[in-house]
Amino acid sequence: MSDTTDTGPVLAADGTPLKKSLSRALRMQKVRALMLIAPLLIFVLVTFIAPIVDMLFRSVENQIVSETLPRTTAALEEWDPDTGELPSDEVFEAAYYDIFIAAERKLHTRLGTRLNYEQTGVSSLFRKSGRGLDDIGEVYQDQFEDLNENWDEARPWAELMSDPDWIAAREAWDEDGAAPMPTYRLQSGISDVLPRTAEAYRIFAEFTQREDEDSPLEEEPWSMVHTALFQDLTEQDVSGYTGPQAAMLQGAAGAVGEFETISFRDGFVEIDEDWLDPEVWQTIQTYSPNYTTGYFLNAVDMQKTPDGPALRDEDERIYGLLFQRTMFMSLVITFSCILLAYPVAYLLSTLPMRKANLLMILVLLPFWTSLLVRTSAWKVMLQQQGVINDVLVWLGLVADESRLVMINNQFGTIVAMTHILLPFMILPMYSVMSTIPPSYVRAAKSLGASNWTAFWRVYFPQSVPGIGAGSILVFILAIGYYITPEIVGGTTGTFISNRIAYHISSSLNWGLAAALGTLLLVVVLGLYWAYDRIVGIDNVKLGG
Amino acid sequence: MADTLRNDAFVAFERVQKSYDGETLVVKDLNLDMPKGEFLTMLGPSGSGKTTCLMMLAGFETATHGEIKLDGVSINNIPPHKRGIGMVFQNYALFPHMTVAENLSFPLEVRGLGKSEREGKIKRALDMVQMGEFGGRRPAQLSGGQQQRIALARALVFEPELVLMDEPLGALDKQLREHMQFEITRLAHELGITTVYVTHDQTEALTMSDRVAVFNDGRIQQLAPPDQLYESPDNSFVAQFIGENNTLLGTVKEVKGGYALVELDDGEVIDCKPVNVSKPGERTLVSIRPERVEIDKSRLHPDAHLLKAEVLEFIYMGDIFRTRLRVAGNEDFVIKTRNAPDQKRLRPGETIEIGWLPDDCRALDAP
Amino acid sequence: MNTTKKLLACTALTVAAGAAFAAGHGNMADSMTLVSWGGAYQNSQQKAYVEPYLAMNEGVSATWDESSAEAVAKLRAMNEAGNVTWDLVDVVASDAIRLCDEGLAMEIDHDEMLAPAPDGTDASDDFGDLIVSDCFIPQIVYSTTFGYRTDMVPEGVDAPSQICDVFDLETYPGKRALERRPINNMEWALLCDGVAKDEVYDVLETDEGQDRALAKLDTIKDEVIWWSAGADTPQLLADGEIFMGSTYNGRLFSVIEEQDQPVGMMWDAQVFDLDGWIIPADLPEDRLARVMDFVRFATDTQRLADQAKYISYGPARESSAPLVSTHAELGIEMAPHMPTDPNNAENTFLYNYEFWADYRDDIDAKFQAWLAQ
Repeated sequence: MSDTTDTGPVLAADGTPLKKSLSRALRMQKVRALMLIAPLLIFVLVTFIAPIVDMLFRSVENQIVSETLPRTTAALEEWDPDTGELPSDEVFEAAYYDIFIAAERKLHTRLGTRLNYEQTGVSSLFRKSGRGLDDIGEVYQDQFEDLNENWDEARPWAELMSDPDWIAAREAWDEDGAAPMPTYRLQSGISDVLPRTAEAYRIFAEFTQREDEDSPLEEEPWSMVHTALFQDLTEQDVSGYTGPQAAMLQGAAGAVGEFETISFRDGFVEIDEDWLDPEVWQTIQTYSPNYTTGYFLNAVDMQKTPDGPALRDEDERIYGLLFQRTMFMSLVITFSCILLAYPVAYLLSTLPMRKANLLMILVLLPFWTSLLVRTSAWKVMLQQQGVINDVLVWLGLVADESRLVMINNQFGTIVAMTHILLPFMILPMYSVMSTIPPSYVRAAKSLGASNWTAFWRVYFPQSVPGIGAGSILVFILAIGYYITPEIVGGTTGTFISNRIAYHISSSLNWGLAAALGTLLLVVVLGLYWAYDRIVGIDNVKLGG
Repeated sequence: MADTLRNDAFVAFERVQKSYDGETLVVKDLNLDMPKGEFLTMLGPSGSGKTTCLMMLAGFETATHGEIKLDGVSINNIPPHKRGIGMVFQNYALFPHMTVAENLSFPLEVRGLGKSEREGKIKRALDMVQMGEFGGRRPAQLSGGQQQRIALARALVFEPELVLMDEPLGALDKQLREHMQFEITRLAHELGITTVYVTHDQTEALTMSDRVAVFNDGRIQQLAPPDQLYESPDNSFVAQFIGENNTLLGTVKEVKGGYALVELDDGEVIDCKPVNVSKPGERTLVSIRPERVEIDKSRLHPDAHLLKAEVLEFIYMGDIFRTRLRVAGNEDFVIKTRNAPDQKRLRPGETIEIGWLPDDCRALDAP
Repeated sequence: MNTTKKLLACTALTVAAGAAFAAGHGNMADSMTLVSWGGAYQNSQQKAYVEPYLAMNEGVSATWDESSAEAVAKLRAMNEAGNVTWDLVDVVASDAIRLCDEGLAMEIDHDEMLAPAPDGTDASDDFGDLIVSDCFIPQIVYSTTFGYRTDMVPEGVDAPSQICDVFDLETYPGKRALERRPINNMEWALLCDGVAKDEVYDVLETDEGQDRALAKLDTIKDEVIWWSAGADTPQLLADGEIFMGSTYNGRLFSVIEEQDQPVGMMWDAQVFDLDGWIIPADLPEDRLARVMDFVRFATDTQRLADQAKYISYGPARESSAPLVSTHAELGIEMAPHMPTDPNNAENTFLYNYEFWADYRDDIDAKFQAWLAQ
């Protein structure tokens, strides 16, 4: 079929290299196999992998600061917080324009919420400032208006700043027509004459067109544009300008020297004195990079400080404790599941089929009841005026005044979760045990082993894979459980997942929730790895 | 007489009954005595009660009624691990999580033997089954035959006086099975152990045993050495269960001089040896082994009754010829003839006359 | 604030709303998804607003989604996914502020979009201070206050009537139920630690003040069951698990009047909070038109007064108060059961939205760490 020469590869009958024709033959099989798993693969990618990647991304993502405050973060790069001095006026100026624009886009409160995670009070500071920054611009706006009423009109502004072709195009544009809205263009050369104003007006015009769907020809510009104009006129010589509205501009240029002025810093201080606190600026500076470790530090009870990451105050450390507690309680739940499930699974595997099926239905019964109902039932059982306490009091085992506290603590969580997760332990144990032939134990006994020795040295080692599989299942389910601890856990029986849920749905700190979730995932994977090293994952069987 | 037997019996079942559901008896009134050193096989179809008997002896089942004695002592209430009986299981039941040596060490450890003593015994046991090299392996790394040897070694390593084997060769291929049959009997005799062996394979039973107990329907049908069992079956079940057998239905005409005259259903008359028929008029099943049927008249008594037979099929089997005949309406009448140089090869369609010695033809109970 | 700009914005919104309205009658979606809290409260909305509205508008259907507790998170997720399926969402005021802050709720011109009072007063005046956010359409005033088991009051002692009785374990031994969050609890603790009512938030701003509040809570910590769902405290009271516990006044009303349990009400230092509607931002025009039409109807003076027939929460409009009548089934006068009734409102707090927006994350971290210890 094939010839082997000293140099060439083995050839198939038709002369192609054997390897090539083999891989061609196998490719069809691979494609077929891939097509068979494709639906599941896509499903898993979309519903499992993608959310995990998204979560990982959210836990470090921090673009909001630099996107909302681009000028401020750039200007703050120069500032050294160690001097204890406030940032320069340029920073305040940048912050004025950034926050003004953010307020127009309604993004400033969102940023405030974000930064409030790091420094208390920033939330209201930004909310107030969004409203208050108009006051700065109005100082100039009013004075320009007093000088010439046209400074308060939309049209003269538009003519001064915009490309005449654009004005013509915009006027000709039919709102209901099919043609797209003409893209805004500045007048050529205006950027050189009035750099700040041109930039501010362009932002205003584009925003007006895109977000408000209005025409800049009919909208009076924001007070921010007036502020920019004032700054330009004090610095630039506009006497050479000959374009539209040159007279209005030059008239203003002559007058600005007499204008009442307000520094940006004073403007900010007027809104809120907190702007004088270097810590606010430091927080902005610390969180200006696009990616941050802040959420992860927070998730391990640390925070960013000028001297690098440091532990939080003792009275604010909670996540370490919760992680520890989650681990500990999940282990306790796993062990109590093993203890309770083992005899049941053993019984199941030895009973004749009919009885085993009946017992199996009893085991699976909890699955058919809603989780909430089961958990609430435990509440009724365990509470101080509950069934168990009533029985104990009736029997005289417990005095009426000193009823046992069995719920809203770790005990309650352990009991309820052991009950809920028990089937997940019984099923893998059962499926492994039912594959252990009874002849092993018989053989052991015939060899002289007592019942206990036969069990411990022969039966038990063979049932270990079932215990392993059940334990992994129960432990991993327990570690991420949240409804049951929420209802019966009180304060000492809650898990880290309860905090994650809180940050997802209540505090809305999704970055922190993602960081905590990522840590939990890492811990689970780490434990899985450790389990593999110590017990060996081959030693886990779900059956057969 | 029973008392004398019982006194030197090593293993004894006395009126043992067993029922699982309280309605039907799986084992009915079993009585069995085994002297020390005997190799006894319990043979029977599945569901005949043989395995249940073995399990009762081992202690994994309790007798519903009656007594089981070991060396004169009732063991009904002794748990299995205190009976000191070695056992080889159908699928060997080697502990998969232990090495071969650990498997063998197990019965010694639970008996509290010291390490060096254990090692010596394990080595001897492994050598005994020619598996000395394999101590460090896991059962899953061994072939079926090797596992079989280890199971045997493990059952023997603690030197029990009684060894039970539950169809131990069932999973092996034919050649290996034959080899192991020989090994097991050799070991059993060398070590002088008493062995109870359960099988449904009659060849195994015949080749290995000192005595065979044929089980059917919860009872021992016949307990006898292999040759006796084959040549002189006590009843039609044993006759049909052991070896190949031709049967003809008929009615006893007369019993005289130790022989019976039987009229077959088509009217022909033959001579038989009455086994469990006694008086004329009884229905009987006549049984003749295929190799005892003669087609050469010269080798029979001149007065012997002959039967007409039509050849239906001739099969060449190497050492023998196997011919299927129609005899007295029975189309499955088989004869076997030796492949000798002068042996005639019959052709289908040919009509011949056949006959046999009356001693080889046994008149048994009609089913 | 820049009045010109505000005026302009209002005009713009009015024009938009007017346009939507005008287009509306011809082009309104015929189904709405309303989001609420489920239970008795949602039922009161169904009876007071939705059923009459649907009766007036044939062919329109309304679907409820009981997601208000997670409304902010879900709306944020919907918004990120670009598919907002809700048309009108019932939220507490603090959530409305957050939704507005995040741009997830639409800003409202209350005067233009909501019906004036019967006497012609503008809606914004009728609602008054209760409009705590530009996106918020107030519906009811509820309060968080304490209920106690009347049969567990020790002999020879007056029933608890002051907030500080909650902290008095000697006179009133027994379990308490408090909400598992710092809001309200911290204020009550400071109040009973001797802080004057108008200084509470100044004190709570400082680390020392927070520690002080936690220290006060520490004195009863062992006796507290912490609740997270509004139904918990009523259940615990009914089971006799606790002596006293905080919850919403409407829940206590139903335990006392509807279930006839031996429970008493303690109005002292009740904390007012508001609940109302928000409209998700960027709804398609036809859905927006339908929802505006519904909201205008559902928040008029009569409808808000009607709601009080089914649940003991105070209507958010001043003009609704005189119209509050009797309970729809029990037939009792509802006015004395309103948290806003002068007899009940002798000593009250209003949830401080701004303070908690700033301090929530910080104090919550401390509070949870304290709880976990």
